[in-house]
Amino acid sequence: MIMPVILWTDALIFLLVAIVTGFALYARGKPHLRAPWHHVMCSRLGSMAVVILCAYIIIGLLDSLHYRPAIENSDASAETHYAVEVLSVLDVLVGPLRTRTEKTYSAPFATQLFSRETVQHPDGSQTRKYPRLEYGGRHLENPAADARADILQRSGIALTQTLAAGLAVLLLITLWQARRRQLAFMASLRDILARRTAVPWLIILITLSVLLLLTFLAINLATAYHVLGTDKVGEDVFYQTLKSIRTGLVIGTLTTLIMLPFAIFMGILAGYARGWIDDLIQYLYTTLNSIPGILLIAAAILMLQVYMANHPDAFETTLERADIRLLFLCIILGITSWTGLCRLLRGESLKLREAEYIQAATAFGVRHSKIISRHILPNVMHIVLITVVLDFSGLVLAEAVLSYVGVGVDPTMNSWGNMINSARLEMAREPVVWWSLLAAFLFMFTLVLAANLFSDAVRDAFDPRLRQR
Amino acid sequence: MKQPLLQLANLSARIGTGPRAIRPVDDVSFTINKGETFALLGESGCGKSMTALSILRLLPQPHGRISGGQVKLEGTDLTALPEVEMRQVRGRRIAMIFQEPMTSLNPVLTVGDQIGEMLQQHLQMKGTAKLNRVLELLDAVGIPDVKRRYTEYPHQLSGGMKQRVMIAIALAGEPDLLIADEPTTALDVTIQAQVLELLQQLQRDTHMAILLITHDLGIVAGMADRVAVMYAGQLVEEASRDCFFTDARHPYSLRLFESLPNVDKRDHALKTIPGFVPVLDRDFSGCRFAERCEQAWDTCRTQAPSWDITTDHHHVRCHLADRNITPPARTARDDTPLAHATPGTGTGASLLEVRDLKVHFPIHKGVFKRVVGQVYAVDGVSLEIPEGHTQALVGESGCGKTTVGKGILQLLRPTAGSVQFDNTELTQLKGERLRRRRTDFQFIFQDPYSSMNPRMRVGDIVEEGMIAQDIGNSSQQRRQRVDELFVQVGLSPENAHRYPHEFSGGQRQRICIARALAVNPRLIICDEPTSALDISVQAQILNLLKQLQNELGLSYLFITHNLSVVSYLADRVAVMYLGRIVEEGPVASVLEEPLHPYTRVLLSAVPQIDQDTRREIIRLEGDMPSPANPPGGCHFHPRCPDAMPGCRERYPGETGTADHRVHCFLHQ
Ligand SMILES: Nc1ncnc2c1ncn2[C@@H]1O[C@H](COP(=O)(O)OP(=O)(O)OP(=O)(O)O)[C@@H](O)[C@H]1O
Ligand code: SF4
Ligand code: SF4
Ligand SMILES: [Mg+2]
Repeated sequence: MIMPVILWTDALIFLLVAIVTGFALYARGKPHLRAPWHHVMCSRLGSMAVVILCAYIIIGLLDSLHYRPAIENSDASAETHYAVEVLSVLDVLVGPLRTRTEKTYSAPFATQLFSRETVQHPDGSQTRKYPRLEYGGRHLENPAADARADILQRSGIALTQTLAAGLAVLLLITLWQARRRQLAFMASLRDILARRTAVPWLIILITLSVLLLLTFLAINLATAYHVLGTDKVGEDVFYQTLKSIRTGLVIGTLTTLIMLPFAIFMGILAGYARGWIDDLIQYLYTTLNSIPGILLIAAAILMLQVYMANHPDAFETTLERADIRLLFLCIILGITSWTGLCRLLRGESLKLREAEYIQAATAFGVRHSKIISRHILPNVMHIVLITVVLDFSGLVLAEAVLSYVGVGVDPTMNSWGNMINSARLEMAREPVVWWSLLAAFLFMFTLVLAANLFSDAVRDAFDPRLRQR
Repeated sequence: MKQPLLQLANLSARIGTGPRAIRPVDDVSFTINKGETFALLGESGCGKSMTALSILRLLPQPHGRISGGQVKLEGTDLTALPEVEMRQVRGRRIAMIFQEPMTSLNPVLTVGDQIGEMLQQHLQMKGTAKLNRVLELLDAVGIPDVKRRYTEYPHQLSGGMKQRVMIAIALAGEPDLLIADEPTTALDVTIQAQVLELLQQLQRDTHMAILLITHDLGIVAGMADRVAVMYAGQLVEEASRDCFFTDARHPYSLRLFESLPNVDKRDHALKTIPGFVPVLDRDFSGCRFAERCEQAWDTCRTQAPSWDITTDHHHVRCHLADRNITPPARTARDDTPLAHATPGTGTGASLLEVRDLKVHFPIHKGVFKRVVGQVYAVDGVSLEIPEGHTQALVGESGCGKTTVGKGILQLLRPTAGSVQFDNTELTQLKGERLRRRRTDFQFIFQDPYSSMNPRMRVGDIVEEGMIAQDIGNSSQQRRQRVDELFVQVGLSPENAHRYPHEFSGGQRQRICIARALAVNPRLIICDEPTSALDISVQAQILNLLKQLQNELGLSYLFITHNLSVVSYLADRVAVMYLGRIVEEGPVASVLEEPLHPYTRVLLSAVPQIDQDTRREIIRLEGDMPSPANPPGGCHFHPRCPDAMPGCRERYPGETGTADHRVHCFLHQ
């Protein structure tokens, strides 16, 4: 028995997914809406970025399906109690990673702890040595000698699996393309391999294969070793980085979702209505802009902390607490970041307002609300989209910085910012504990890079000025 | 025989790769001799500009390339030159000026620097020699006050001035050939006359050859020595000017002549060319014009006509001109024009009465947006349009024509004056009542593309007005009405599901007309509805407007700068200068016996095809003053050839007969 738990951020994420799906369904029948997305997929870097982002998003979504498991109860008649700990589907999938904690630090692929410990022998004597890990490399008889061969062998298995899976994907894509374009199978295959297709399937396939390889490596190795080491309390760092993905994505997307309605509404209103409304909105965002964002965020987060400290029973689980704080962070980041988009939209609406088709609509006596919703909004959407995608990577990075400063997400929550924050002390140790920082850096870097490549492709596809050729 | 300056031999160009590549230039051959003006004529999309760009090897990159043939400049094949040497040719041997003077100048460099740059690059001039040459060039292109202009930036110049600067830049390298791609299309008639005269004079002085690309037959008649007509990537006719204007043979050339509007065709529908220039992405088996040609027969569709020489130096690409092919005996060509009632058949009751309309735009400056002055865009305009009549409003760009239209429709709220529509005072109407009333008067914009939301289907665009005005009870009824409207403007109803960019310019303008008709208006204000269109398409739109007037009794306020359209379509015409009407009267008397000096200047500046009726061009000095700061007295006095001392003192009152009003002291 399980009890599903829907956190605030979960709900918003699913709302976002619903919006995106709805839009995708709507856009299917509209060539002018579909064309730019096709353009994104046709650009090499763009399609690569899409594949990588999809991998992140899948992990993030799996990590957003939360539940509380029932506590084993010998007495079947008694009402079921649920654990205070909230788990996600991802936790189930990665299984042992979560529970196999060591005592303290251990390096990636290590079979023994990172620091020497005094071990009491049965005969009463004591030695200081590196004790063996409880889980990492447990299956090995003689870790020092066998580890390398074992790792190589497992990698080899992963490689074979990848090859098989990659071929299967190629087969599927080719079949699908052959059917869609009514080609013979071989012709279609040749087109794909010679990169004669509009969408660069070969690139997509290669990216996908790299991802598959990483996945299979993780499946084969992470079950037997701590591939990215363990942290101070012995938790698997690989598990932490995986869990951090959701935090990063939530910050990057929900912030936008929250600020978007404001920015769009205010921006278009200011540009379309002009006059005192425009003055008022401009005044509002100039004022907001001139308050240093970090101050506002710090003040808001500290206030929330005080509130939480005073009302400990408002939250059932620690995760719920952390979640509220995350949401709050999104809101406050949204408040400080809507002004840029608002300003852009105001400018564009000012321009559009004078466009002849808007004048034509006015000449027909079309109502203002309709003019805004049917004429202005669809014609500024490309700006909104470009800004949202561009902002995304900035927000992911902002989370890291804020957590480092101490006003970011809850310290109990897995996030790259928190990992970097703890690395502050680890880097000061002798010898240096470098893997937490590296892990956070690698995962964050890949996400931000993919997001930036994606935003470039989106901009190329949507910006009418760049499209003129 | 002396060597020609430029010789194109079977030149072909392609844009894109694969079987769907566009072939904008296909097997084009012609020669240009030294000091000659060669005109290239044709509708948009026929490949005129691409031919010019191929000569300079400036085809759009990365997809464009020359796929065959040669371009010989005094014997050297330009297509075989390495890029480095080609750079020596561009600007130095062959220079080019473009249609849009606004976008072809670098906005962050001064005029002097931009010309100097060319001198330095091509003639290695430096220091004072360079400076002197720049001043000389600016002077040569007729820019007054050269010392000051030298240091100015492009945005400080008017359109005509910019085009002059472009010409000065082109002349800097002392080229042997000047390619002018629609050099005056973006300019007003009076400025156009100045620029064309300048080109002719420069040609006399420097003996350079000019390749003049244009779609205006009038300009061709006035400028060219030889004429080539281009259609669908090929030349279809080439002849000397006189031969071309007296003895054009190709059906396409003939049709171009026939679609020009003028007074004589007033009571008839204009001849049009049905259909469109084909897309040039495929092979053609027969004559490319066959689909649109009235005289086409079977041979035309199966066999491509060759580039035959009919007589000396007169090429025609048509089977009719080929002596070896006998066309079938034709049933008498259907020459009878569509029956058209004479215009102005309405009841004559006054529909619109504009009294002393003023629209001023405040000029804001500084942080506090203080009002520091007014743009007197419209400054006291009075007009009267009876039911079922067409009133034309002509004038140069920036004189306030569009603003009058928008002021009447309350798209811009007038500063003062009254607009009576069917005895309702529109300036007093507000909110919902004005919104309801909008069904009676409509606007058709100059650029049909920018007046349609690119993200809506055209069916929805046409329906939008009906929804706003609650016309038709159900969406089914409205859809049916949309279909009817499409048919009425000559489009298939299936088009309703497509988007604006999928249509040609003329089709888009038809959709705009359908949209205006959808709300059953009684008055339509047409703001240059045909100036963005080709001649043959213009003829279709003019026919449509005329036919709708006959059927529905519509009234038009027709804003334009094209006087031949006025003479064809309008009943009365008002001439506007700097926010005021200077002359108003029936078309016949205003165009035949203009009273105001400005009207005379306008009329004289229109390029005429007919050599005999060509008037002496009255040269107009300078540009139109800014409406923010109109000259005192008669607004026209600084440029008026007949100005008298008294003209500086005060604005002339209205004189003339009740039917033909004028504001000028000559007629007091
Ligand atoms: N919104 C505005 N604010 C300030 N000045 C304006 C505005 N709209 C037009 N003007 C000015 O009013 C004058 C008349 O403009 P208008 O567009 O009516 O000219 P037009 O005769 O229609 O020109 P064209 O033939 O180029 O279409 C111009 O000097 C223009 O710069
Ligand atoms: S060849 Fe035939 S179709 Fe072509 S222009 Fe001549 S008559 Fe018309
Ligand atoms: S009033 Fe004088 S300046 Fe004005 S148009 Fe007449 S003659 Fe010329
Ligand atoms: Mg205008």
